[in-house]
Amino acid sequence: MSVEVWTYILVGVTFAAYLYIGYLNRVRDTGGFYVAGRGVPAIFNGAAVGADWMSAASFISMAGLISFMGYDGTVYLMGWTGGYVLLALLLAPYLRKYGKYTIPDFVGDRYYSTTARIVAAIAAIFVSLTYVAGQMRGVGIVFSRFLNVNITVGVIIGMAIVSFFAVLGGMKGITWTQVAQYSVLIVAYLIPAVAIAWVLTGNPIPQLSFTFSDIVDRLNQIQTDLGFTEYTQPFSAKPMLDVFCITMALMAGTAGLPHILVRFYTVPSVRSARYSAAWALLFIALLYTTAPALAAFARYNLIDSLNGKTIEEVHQLKWVQSWETTGLLGFEDKNGDGKLELSPDPAKSEMTIDRDIIVLSTPEVARLAPWVVGLVAAGGLAAALSTAAGLLLVISSSIAHDIYARLINPEASEARRLLVGRVMIFLAVVVAGVFGIYPPGFVAQVVAFAFGFAAASFFPVILLGIFDSRTNRAGAIWGMVVGLGFTAFYIIGNKYFGMPTFLWGISAEGIGTVGMVLNLIVTFVVSRMTEPPPIEIRRMVEEVRVPRGAGAVVEH
Amino acid sequence: MEGENRQSGLQAYWRANKILIAILLVIWALVSHVFAIFLARPLYGIEVGHLPMSFWWAQQGSMVVFVILIFVYALVMDRLDEKYDVHEDRPVRRNRPGGGAE
Repeated sequence: MSVEVWTYILVGVTFAAYLYIGYLNRVRDTGGFYVAGRGVPAIFNGAAVGADWMSAASFISMAGLISFMGYDGTVYLMGWTGGYVLLALLLAPYLRKYGKYTIPDFVGDRYYSTTARIVAAIAAIFVSLTYVAGQMRGVGIVFSRFLNVNITVGVIIGMAIVSFFAVLGGMKGITWTQVAQYSVLIVAYLIPAVAIAWVLTGNPIPQLSFTFSDIVDRLNQIQTDLGFTEYTQPFSAKPMLDVFCITMALMAGTAGLPHILVRFYTVPSVRSARYSAAWALLFIALLYTTAPALAAFARYNLIDSLNGKTIEEVHQLKWVQSWETTGLLGFEDKNGDGKLELSPDPAKSEMTIDRDIIVLSTPEVARLAPWVVGLVAAGGLAAALSTAAGLLLVISSSIAHDIYARLINPEASEARRLLVGRVMIFLAVVVAGVFGIYPPGFVAQVVAFAFGFAAASFFPVILLGIFDSRTNRAGAIWGMVVGLGFTAFYIIGNKYFGMPTFLWGISAEGIGTVGMVLNLIVTFVVSRMTEPPPIEIRRMVEEVRVPRGAGAVVEH
Repeated sequence: MEGENRQSGLQAYWRANKILIAILLVIWALVSHVFAIFLARPLYGIEVGHLPMSFWWAQQGSMVVFVILIFVYALVMDRLDEKYDVHEDRPVRRNRPGGGAE
């Protein structure tokens, strides 16, 4: 059977499974809708966090990004995994003990302030909306490359699937489909990686063959022969201080992202919140330790199979033909010697390649069976849809729970709140879909900055809210204003008004680290210069530090 | 007096928790920021398998240690919860896959 038939079958089967699971897990109350009835066992919540976390960008783009950045690609690897240590030790167990529905709930209650709640809700909507647009775009790209349907149709199919299980099942439906989606995406990622490791090094385990075979030596050798720096050379793309700041901003940002934090409200106990963070990172690390291996293998394979060949030879490779037609891969014999030559100098290099090809083309480059190609398509879709669903729930709960049920109509009945939740999630799907079909130019950049903003706002506010009972309303508000204000000023100034990176050359991607430190200092100092928080807030802080009694809030 | 004992017990529990967190976060910073970034050049000459050591920490080792750190935290906290008598009752699972609407 052809690649296309396999892709239709595998995508069709996985989509049918998501719909079936969504139907089984439909809910009738807001507890089920927002926090899955707090009945998700730790290991399954871990898998759901994994699927929630690993987006189209992790699945499709990350290995490609690393293969172009070499050593410095570590900012994504360590940044997007190290944040889970902060999350597991400093935030997740206490948020579970606090045990309500949303992150703005915690911020509003802890700082006894409706303003703080609204600011938190708006920040959650902003971060999630920019992020979800990228997911819908990813869905469209996979559809158009593998199934030859138009991007708009692809996005609409994706919207229909997500809205089915999200509207019907809320967090409960989303959680159990995410467990299925994690399984699909990890299998789809590992099979081609194992195959290419086997072909290149004779060792099927990517992590081991990356470390113990001589593949990276060979890669370093051909890189130096062609005039590139060694693949493993640190700080060839960015200076050390910037690598540190970006890594730290991504770590703190990861720990502060609302769609990940709310997942820890869904487990039955504080203890299971701790374990589900551990399972989550284990599941994530399975993909994240494979990605750098895949990045090196793919880069070696690409240079090795193309450099020095004549243009005719290259054109006979089947995968080259199919990718060349997409415009993501191109050749030009600039010096007219009939041979293809790669060079670090873009003016001389005779090949242009889009980094997103790395993962998607691996099965074809390694000459794997057509069903593997179909599986990779299904995996990319699983990654995009699962992340989109988690984000949509945050948007819906911020509007329906934090703004509507708390502020606009506190008297609303349970049935009415649930209805508003469902309507909001449907509207959010539509908005995300429109962004996917007509992507505004700023989305790609803004997604990267979502981490900086989360690092400079949510992370310090929640951290101090738990660990420093003296932190009060004035401190938290001023901390957020200064942290967010500085970060936004630096990013917008640098990206849109050509402001130089005046602070020791720290790039816009890394400035969230400075914003976070400023927030922590301002919050701490202002809190101590103003009145301490009321006694019931201090009691609340003491309460969230102790696990016992978390079950009591189940029946909210 | 009962209440006061309970209060100082809770404070001791929180102190033990903070010490554990501090130890684990020092290791966290060591394997990521220190080994993979600040010491990237000095550790480049040492090899782990066929990789320079700092590169190995940056792209493999740090992530493995992160996973271990979180499991260790969960396991040690189980003991601390019991020791200071703040552990939870065994949770009742209410909601299974395929459990349908509640």
